[in-house]
Amino acid sequence: MLSALLIMALGAVVLGAALGWASIKFKVEGDPLVDKVDAILPQTQCGQCGFPGCRPYATAIAKGEADINQCPPGGEEGIRKLADLLGREFKPLNAEHGVEKPKSVAIIDEATCIGCTLCIQACPVDAIVGAAKQMHTIVAPLCTGCELCLPPCPVNCITMQPIGETVETWKWKYPVIEIKPAEDKKAA
Amino acid sequence: MMRELFNFHGGVKPETNKAQSTREPIVVAPLPPHLVVPLHQSIGGTPHPLVQAGERVLKGQRIGAADGNVSAAVHAPTSGKIVAVEPRVMAHTSGLAMLSVVIEPDGEEAWMPLYPSNYRSMQPDEIRDTLRDAGVVGLGGAVFPSHLKLKGARDKRMTLILNGAECEPYITCDDMLMRERAQDILRGAQIMRHMLGAQDVLIGIEDNKPEAAQAMREAARALGERMDVVVVPTRYPAGGAKQLIRVLTGIEVPHGSRSTDYGVQCFNVGTAYAIHETLNLGRPLISRIVTVSGNVERPRNYEVLFGTPMSHLVKLAGGRPDTDRTIMGGPMMGYLMPNPDVPVVKATNCVIAGSRAMFPPPPPEMPCIRCTACVDVCPADLQPHEMYWFARAKNFGKAQEYHLFDCIECGCCAYVCPSHIPLVDYYRFAKTEIWARERDKAAADSARERFEFRTFREEREKEEKAAKLAAKTAAGRQTAEKKAVPAAAPAGDALQAAAAAAQAEGTVATPSAPPQPATADLSAPVAAETAPAADPKKALIEAAIERARKQREAVSPKNTDNLSDAKRAEIAEIEARRAKIREMAKTHDEDGAS
Ligand code: SF4
Ligand code: SF4
Ligand code: SF4
Ligand code: SF4
Repeated sequence: MLSALLIMALGAVVLGAALGWASIKFKVEGDPLVDKVDAILPQTQCGQCGFPGCRPYATAIAKGEADINQCPPGGEEGIRKLADLLGREFKPLNAEHGVEKPKSVAIIDEATCIGCTLCIQACPVDAIVGAAKQMHTIVAPLCTGCELCLPPCPVNCITMQPIGETVETWKWKYPVIEIKPAEDKKAA
Repeated sequence: MMRELFNFHGGVKPETNKAQSTREPIVVAPLPPHLVVPLHQSIGGTPHPLVQAGERVLKGQRIGAADGNVSAAVHAPTSGKIVAVEPRVMAHTSGLAMLSVVIEPDGEEAWMPLYPSNYRSMQPDEIRDTLRDAGVVGLGGAVFPSHLKLKGARDKRMTLILNGAECEPYITCDDMLMRERAQDILRGAQIMRHMLGAQDVLIGIEDNKPEAAQAMREAARALGERMDVVVVPTRYPAGGAKQLIRVLTGIEVPHGSRSTDYGVQCFNVGTAYAIHETLNLGRPLISRIVTVSGNVERPRNYEVLFGTPMSHLVKLAGGRPDTDRTIMGGPMMGYLMPNPDVPVVKATNCVIAGSRAMFPPPPPEMPCIRCTACVDVCPADLQPHEMYWFARAKNFGKAQEYHLFDCIECGCCAYVCPSHIPLVDYYRFAKTEIWARERDKAAADSARERFEFRTFREEREKEEKAAKLAAKTAAGRQTAEKKAVPAAAPAGDALQAAAAAAQAEGTVATPSAPPQPATADLSAPVAAETAPAADPKKALIEAAIERARKQREAVSPKNTDNLSDAKRAEIAEIEARRAKIREMAKTHDEDGAS
């Protein structure tokens, strides 16, 4: 009897210690839902959603303070993924926040650039290099296409260039031919 | 001696259609009016163009320099004038353009000076660099830079496998190369053996090419090299690298690992020939053997310069008028070309002219009946119907779980599928889609990281500024607070505040400006300007300093520099008196306020 009690008590102590250790060791850092939402957002950091970057928007979504259809760069696909994740209804992109555009990168017309450094200060991902009174340039692979550098430029030398498909980024078409309703045919 | 052969799973036996194109020997294709040489012809980085429009080039001159080590150079296939360096439509199903060098041949075929090298006296790294700069890539179709594969494993007995199986229907370029240039292929194999330190050299040839096997055996004897020609049963896809390795050695190379780790390395016979040309003759890779077959009068093999339009070859072989498509590669694994004029590239082993009569449109796709006929023939031991199911449902994670990336796109499954499902199209779709997602994800992750670092940096800078300001204001508190009362804040106030701040600044850990002399009038605006509006609490003080500065600028004499010492002393005295009055006024104010 006593030994049984002792064994049970010992078991409780050991398990309790193990649980306590595990809760410290495997402590969840931050809010996992925010991370999951943030992982879906495109990280363009453009602020079109009305938040100063993707993570603040992710936090707002996770708290239920913002709707899921406010991110134009994420587009329909992004909204669908958010809806799936959060178990909410899909809704089309809120036009107030902008429209979905083809992915672009900013290009500085280097002949016109006066080296004012204003665009550097605006770029959320440090994709612009340059120094005062020196020509600036954009590191294209780092540019997210957020367009935040366009308004500050005093000589309007930054333009957005859509990124075309290349042989490396080209994708095979989905082999399923969508079956259209017969009315379409008649109309055409 | 009979070797024990192993077996690979599955496979099919389609109509080979090879006899047509082996009747006549290889012939050099005449020069076309223009050569369009794409810079990107191999796995890895796109080479940088080294020439400009208007320049003259010699045959074999490098026109594209390898971009990093995983890349291979590109050379001018003939002498002539560069007409343009511009994007042109690639030999790729997408029909997209890529940077290409357009050459107008002058017909002289003037070679640049050639420097054959003696590989036995070269360092392995030197040989690898030579191969990279000569643009040597795998000519079986994968166009993987060969120099990257030519590395021996130190603690392993290495086996070199030459792939002459050539299992795909219609294609006979390796067959003809082996029949006609067996010795040169084996000279290339000697170099490979030397590089890999390979004891065994096995040459795998399907049993439907007895002439090639005979020629290779004789060549090995003539060269006095111990290289085994192994005849393997004809079964598609016996020429897949993994399948051939399996058949010849019994080794199965798992996905994601290199065959070197298992002591085998497999090269196409055409690659061996190219390596011989590069090192023993000093010639870079500028041409290859291409089978032209299908809907043509005289199917045969040509030695073709890269950049030759495929339509040029089809015309040479007598393309029939009802030809309506051009396929690069064989009918099983080949790719439909966007137009017949795309150039021959390093990956082009075969050009098939097709017509509706030859390749009738497939019957309509029916639902999968889960007959598992595809499973029975898959040489990669996959479950094609499951991968199809998930690729169709765009459930890419699941498709990957079924080892989508082990699929070699051999087309056996689609060949036997009773429902006529274009299975390979689904796999290609899923693969490119997964790659695109991975690219997007990598880009988003890097953007997130950079954004977070930038935010962190801004925070840090703000804190540093705030700390600086705190130190400043602590020193200049009395006067600074005073200035919040505009009416009682004459010009000298700012001067003192700034001077005090400047002194304080000299004492903080990270001063941005050197300590300023307390008497210097001009130091006031400088110090006031450097004081940032960081902390909202201090914004009020900041605003007051700013206002005072403006006032002072409006009234202060601009000629204080060249005053006599007596005058200066007088001014200082007055300032001191004013300060005292202000001090009193401030206490008075505070009393009034409280
Ligand atoms: S709108 Fe811009 S900042 Fe907002 S979540 Fe989308 S990409 Fe990020
Ligand atoms: S360069 Fe311009 S468009 Fe590109 S990420 Fe920076 S601010 Fe945005
Ligand atoms: S062969 Fe075709 S029908 Fe049969 S299981 Fe495979 S995909 Fe389905
Ligand atoms: S195409 Fe892929 S799935 Fe189909 S048989 Fe070949 S390796 Fe197997």
